[in-house]
Amino acid sequence: MRHLTGVYLPGDSVLHRMPAGAKLLGLLAAGTALLLLGSPAQLAVAAAVVALLYAVAGVGAAAAWAQIRPLRWFAPLLFAFQLAVAGLDGAVTVTLRVVLAVALAGLVTLTTRTTVMLACLERVLAPARHLGLDPFRLSLLLSLTLRSVPVIADLAARVREAQRARGVERSVRAFAVPLVVGALRYADALGEALSARGLDD
Amino acid sequence: MKLIEFSDVHLRLGERDVLCGITARLTERRVGVIGANGSGKSTLARLINGLALPTSGTVTVDGLDTRRHAARIRRRVGFVFTDPDAQIVMPTVAEDVAFSLRRRGVPKDEIDRRVREVLARYGLEEHADQPAHHLSGGEKQLLALCSVLALEPEIIVMDEPTTLLDLRHSRRIAALVRELPQQVVVVTHDLPLLADFDRVLVLDQGKIVADADPATAIDHYRALLS
Repeated sequence: MRHLTGVYLPGDSVLHRMPAGAKLLGLLAAGTALLLLGSPAQLAVAAAVVALLYAVAGVGAAAAWAQIRPLRWFAPLLFAFQLAVAGLDGAVTVTLRVVLAVALAGLVTLTTRTTVMLACLERVLAPARHLGLDPFRLSLLLSLTLRSVPVIADLAARVREAQRARGVERSVRAFAVPLVVGALRYADALGEALSARGLDD
Repeated sequence: MKLIEFSDVHLRLGERDVLCGITARLTERRVGVIGANGSGKSTLARLINGLALPTSGTVTVDGLDTRRHAARIRRRVGFVFTDPDAQIVMPTVAEDVAFSLRRRGVPKDEIDRRVREVLARYGLEEHADQPAHHLSGGEKQLLALCSVLALEPEIIVMDEPTTLLDLRHSRRIAALVRELPQQVVVVTHDLPLLADFDRVLVLDQGKIVADADPATAIDHYRALLS
């Protein structure tokens, strides 16, 4: 179940059928609403609504967990910090806000094909043409970022294996140098592939 | 078949002469290029669609100079790289096939039709909505080929398409190469892949040292390495 973050999950739910623009606007509104909710009780209701939305979209527990999994270290640290400076209510409120916002963003990507999202972004970014920017290239940046996450993660895993094989698993340099070189090689090859696929047309 | 023509092509990278005076006219349906590592064969392949440009001399495809008409040539010449991970640019299988079509302004219905058709033809339809990185190495190379074929190019250039694949997937790619109706130029170390090719070039230190049928060219290559 690795790398489920940011990946479209095929389905035919109301959320899948909803236009990407409406979902992005909904995400913006929900994010603002989360900031306005001030008590743990209100946020608990919001959490129930988010869980309901996941159920409506037909997203399983594993895929749902994968959306907030990247926060598994950050959320406890945030909670501990807020507990020290703002008390229990403040810690619960702030941590839940962050987790729910990430879960909602994950739900949008799970129910929206990347191409549909990019087409929507291109429309939104169309005015950037007047500034000499190409909306297609701007939206492509987002797509390449999504695509590159698992590639770089696999590269990092291979480098870690090589470190272990050489008995230098504690060396930051033995990890960073091959990772950076590999990432630069990947970027170079990707640039060439984009040219070959007509991005320079 | 289209004419791919190299006229006294030199290519220098820094202090190194990668290609030295390449002259060849390729009109055959299946052309193989072999040579040791660093012999210049991948650079030769990149010259065909303008990914690399000659330092001197000219490369033309169907009369179009790669230096002046790179964009038009890339519409006609599809390129399959050794490492499909570097070629797949979209997160899911169907989206990757659709990527270049979308860029070329093909209508959405036509994109959907072509994507479905090409994925079905190469047995990837059940993976259409799956993340591309979940595919096996062989399936990724198939996807890279599908993404090129969806554009319906007239010529396909492949740079070591079987190097990273196991025997089963190498054979599958070899069978697909045989079936492709397009003109194909394949750079490879996989000598059995070239068995029924029309013509094979052997490169050594940036020069064509043999240009013959597969059996003769492969014998020459083996003699060169021994």
